[in-house]
Amino acid sequence: MLRQTEGSQAVARTVAMCRPEVICAYPISPQTHIVETLSDLVRTGELAPCEFISVESEFAAMSVAIGASATGARAYTATASQGLLYMAEALFNAAGLGLPIVMTVANRAIGAPINIWNDHSDTMSQRDSGWIQLYAETNQEALDLHPQAFKLAEALSLPVMVCMDGFILTHAYERVDLPDQDQIDAFLPPYEPRQVLDPAEPVTIGAMVGPEAFSEVKYLAHAKQIQALDLIPEIAAEFAGMFGRDSGGLLRAYRADDAETIVVALGSVLGTIEDTVDELRDQGVKIGALAIKSFRPFPLEEVRAALAHAERVVVLEKALAVGIGGIVSANVRMALSGIQLHGYTVIAGLGGRPITTASLHTLFKEAIADELQPLTFLDMNWEIVQRELDRQRVDHRPGPHAENILRDIGIVAARSH
Amino acid sequence: MFQVRIHGRGGQGVVTAAEMLSVAAFIEGRHAQAFPSFGSERTGAPVVAFCRIDDKEIRAREPISEPDAVIVQDPTLLHQVNLFDGLGPDAYILINTERTFQELGMGDFVKQFRPERLLTVPATELAREHLGRPIPNAVLLGGFAALSGLVSIDSVAQAIREKFSGRLADGNVAAAEAAFEFVRAEMQEVTHA
Amino acid sequence: MPYQQIKFYQAGSFVVGNRLLDPEERSVQAKMDRSNSLTSGHRACQGCGEALGARYALDAAMRATDNKVIAANATGCLEVFSTPFPESSWQLPWIHSLFGNAPAVSTGIAAALKVKGRTDIRVVGQGGDGGTVDIGFACLSGMFERNDDVLFICYDNEAYMNTGVQRSGATPPAARTATTKPVGKEPGNVFGQGKSAPLIAMAHEIPYVATATVSDLRDLEYKVERAMELRGARYLHIFVPCPLGWGSASNDTIRIARLVKETGLFPVFEAEHGEVVGVSKIRRQVPVEEYLRPQRRYAHLFKDPPRTDVIAHIQKRADRNIRRFGLLPDENDSADLPGHATDAAGGPGSPPHPDETSAAAILAESHEGAT
Repeated sequence: MLRQTEGSQAVARTVAMCRPEVICAYPISPQTHIVETLSDLVRTGELAPCEFISVESEFAAMSVAIGASATGARAYTATASQGLLYMAEALFNAAGLGLPIVMTVANRAIGAPINIWNDHSDTMSQRDSGWIQLYAETNQEALDLHPQAFKLAEALSLPVMVCMDGFILTHAYERVDLPDQDQIDAFLPPYEPRQVLDPAEPVTIGAMVGPEAFSEVKYLAHAKQIQALDLIPEIAAEFAGMFGRDSGGLLRAYRADDAETIVVALGSVLGTIEDTVDELRDQGVKIGALAIKSFRPFPLEEVRAALAHAERVVVLEKALAVGIGGIVSANVRMALSGIQLHGYTVIAGLGGRPITTASLHTLFKEAIADELQPLTFLDMNWEIVQRELDRQRVDHRPGPHAENILRDIGIVAARSH
Repeated sequence: MFQVRIHGRGGQGVVTAAEMLSVAAFIEGRHAQAFPSFGSERTGAPVVAFCRIDDKEIRAREPISEPDAVIVQDPTLLHQVNLFDGLGPDAYILINTERTFQELGMGDFVKQFRPERLLTVPATELAREHLGRPIPNAVLLGGFAALSGLVSIDSVAQAIREKFSGRLADGNVAAAEAAFEFVRAEMQEVTHA
Repeated sequence: MPYQQIKFYQAGSFVVGNRLLDPEERSVQAKMDRSNSLTSGHRACQGCGEALGARYALDAAMRATDNKVIAANATGCLEVFSTPFPESSWQLPWIHSLFGNAPAVSTGIAAALKVKGRTDIRVVGQGGDGGTVDIGFACLSGMFERNDDVLFICYDNEAYMNTGVQRSGATPPAARTATTKPVGKEPGNVFGQGKSAPLIAMAHEIPYVATATVSDLRDLEYKVERAMELRGARYLHIFVPCPLGWGSASNDTIRIARLVKETGLFPVFEAEHGEVVGVSKIRRQVPVEEYLRPQRRYAHLFKDPPRTDVIAHIQKRADRNIRRFGLLPDENDSADLPGHATDAAGGPGSPPHPDETSAAAILAESHEGAT
């Protein structure tokens, strides 16, 4: 059913239809509306049977999910940024124990400096936790990915995180097609756990594994994610068959077949990128885009196949690996190993800085002219940066960068918008 | 695509206004996107919200820098925040005020725009009258419907009723309709002038 | 249900008396069909107090629940020595997740059972003092605060033993650990630190808080059974000597546990909703020195010259506990309270003074006197 609604609400309602049995969540911007809605649905009885637990921290949230999932309940939680980091230990634990927990991450930057706005640094920091990572471009895809995520998680016995851009998607009102309960029930059967805590058949879960077996256990986790490379498109196809629209999958190409330049990105920025691609195509430029939807497992072969024919690839990413540069681009580079083409990494949108068609237009033109540096930062205020770097050379004042910069600028006036 | 930017202060329902506008467009079968500027929201701080309306799927996600219309919920923002950034000569401006543009100190400013597209409406007063509270957001949407014709007053009323219920909905709808009439009358005056 | 003590004067222990009890009142361990939840083959040290306590506690829980218990274990000695992959000593459903989250994992298990309509299955969370009092504390408090239906058991051997005997928030003053060596001015762990998890549990006003030692195993079993009669958050804090970490003889474990109670250093009591409802009286009070001597972690107090000042300080702590909890038998004792130990003369134990029952009163007293 078509509705005009907030992204968070759409996700929450769809998650509710997936019949989670235990929801345990700790509030953090910008995920709050998701858990608030789910809490309401549990209270009114619309979502039942379901236990909603207000936990004392995100570490507790993931831990409660671990306990619940191991006992055979379908478990769900949501978080962002600092909260994701706070549960980092538990993330690795859940993946290592093979528990099919599904979690929504409302992508948000990580401090210091504290920042509540969108970028991908949070989920990127946990890319090696063993969780499957799926990135949504739109609110429609964000809600569609949740039933797919539960199905995928339970088929493989691996946890899955659905990543949606904080504020940009979570707090945006847009038109979505909400599924109904019957459709979801037909698509997603009840959870049948493989190994469960049950007095009728006692098992020991979480034993200490020494050097003689650890490597094999770890490899098996990797092997399961590789299996996901087949299962993700299968589930997406099944979804498309049942719901009549494409959502999810490993990646999606846009006007890339004959493109000489292909822009690669994850998440909602692809909308703006496609608008810019269309503008340039109107001017005769052979440019296209590639949306990566499954970041873990990383679809090496599929990315290679999509990009191999291009002359240049621009990876636009919303996270920075401090000390080296791009994260997504490093993975893309791996996919392209052995292939000669121009590769550009553009770091953009950190801490919620808007990515505009105007800036992208200029950027893509520079890329096409091969005038870009291998690593670029979109819309960076180099003046401020340079001033601070110059001052650091002279005056070794310790302290946080943000506050040091403020000394120059003085009081930061409220921007007009 | 039509792009609207709404300015106000925290607590005045700026974000809800953008959402309701998007719902009104949805009711008319169009695509719409509404989102706030995500500043540090606190009561009284300047807040901006955006609404895009189109007949096809909207992909852009950036803040609206070149709006086709600006709605100003709080005139005290006028000389504090750059409310009119990016406006072209055919833009619509609707300001919540009892005063005239001259009295607001915008006499010269308005000369660059089309007079029938720059209007004021005493939305806060109308809200007090019909709603009992000085919340102008839904009211202004009624005025905006008249000003731009982007959405009908009926769609605005329906959007209000989806968000609010009972007397709150009734009051808001009544105020919005009053604003609609007010602006329509104003427009007729201006075109005849 | 209260248990009946059989006095066995010559041995000075109640253990042998099992055969003199009616079968229903005997220890779970006396039964051939006991669940052996923690069965033999684990890798615990000789004389490990934790292995002893865990075996008794879990078998008691199993009997009380018709063998329907799921256990969540924190990282630590118990977890490590009981599950050397590919072997496991556990004969009940058991999960180990992380060091700091056993209470939260327990909450999750309880929630899943509730959703599935299987509240007949009960949840026991367990860990050592480090995992409970330090790194797991936030999760523990959260579980208490929500009154989740979990019995959490802390096996307190007063340091991080599994990692090599480092100081924890439960390490008592003057004790030697790898990080509180008796070098420099301070003889071991400093005075003025540490926290009482049982008192903090009481402050949450949860349905049941109790302490026990491995010297009185029937008392320990009773407390687990009592806990399983109740629903909601319950906490059991068990004193378990660690021969390796404490430098005590492996056959001294039970004796040392008895001494800690008889000195008054470790009050053995029960509390419900934040008020003490029963106290295990000291049979024959002993000076703390008798408890400290058999443990090399206190050896530095007995050099030449001995640290009588420190020992006196420790004695003061024991005296304060005796006063706060009413640990010494009174002459004018009234009827038994549930779970009440009787004293050597056979009279009933004394009920605690009314103004000593509440956690607040006890905590208020903590500011009196030196630490």
